[in-house]
Amino acid sequence: MAVLRMSNQSRHEAETVERFLDSTLESVDHAEEIAVGLAKRAGFGEDDLTKIGMAVRESMVNAVVHGNRYNANKKVRFSVSKNSESLTVRIADEGEGFDFENLPDPCAGENLFRSSGRGIFLIRSFMDEFQIRRLAPGGLEVVLVKRMVSK
Amino acid sequence: MSVKLNTRQVGDVSVVDVAGRITLGEGSSALRDALRDMVGKNHKKILLNLGEVSYIDSSGIGELVSGFTSVTNSGGQLKLLGLTKRVKDLLQITKLYTVFDVHEEEASAIRSFA
Repeated sequence: MAVLRMSNQSRHEAETVERFLDSTLESVDHAEEIAVGLAKRAGFGEDDLTKIGMAVRESMVNAVVHGNRYNANKKVRFSVSKNSESLTVRIADEGEGFDFENLPDPCAGENLFRSSGRGIFLIRSFMDEFQIRRLAPGGLEVVLVKRMVSK
Repeated sequence: MSVKLNTRQVGDVSVVDVAGRITLGEGSSALRDALRDMVGKNHKKILLNLGEVSYIDSSGIGELVSGFTSVTNSGGQLKLLGLTKRVKDLLQITKLYTVFDVHEEEASAIRSFA
């Protein structure tokens, strides 16, 4: 029983991990690993862990590739935090941004055969909340939330 | 593990066994190169066996779509075999599941090219 109590306590303890990551594909793997590790400690099941991992991967790829364009002088600020109710991931780049308000629907017939443009659609599908905003000095920040009891 | 591709010939069908992760970078470019090579060598019947694919991201999905388009435009056929639940779910979410001819068994997949 002592072990069980510790495990439950660990699940409900608030915890935050923050990193400033290079604009590389290795950082994408690293961020995914950190987020899934924290989500596991929060008590998310396998299916949710997969969804969280993919959403973080897609968001990190957007920041590294489309935002910072692999620029070695630009960083990605990554943070993930958990509490007893949810997991929140924040990813901010230093890029020039893009027109996120007019993204084409990748499932529409005319876009179905496009080789790209599905990342944000998948993030929205996998997470309970998704916000995106421009940062004052430049760059974009996305906030992803997964609740312990999903919608 | 990144991605591993092995190509074998079953009659006139080229079967590509894919294992590992098809993600942006090494994984998706290996798949792109393999399919380009086959189209370049005029392979018309290509079966992608994804039974050992543990993970695929939007870039990997993009490569499947590009490969399908490129093979179809060259007068060939590209079909999928042995989707894991994860890959099947992704193709369903993105409305691509019905675009591909998907098979569960290799023998029937091979026969379907005839």
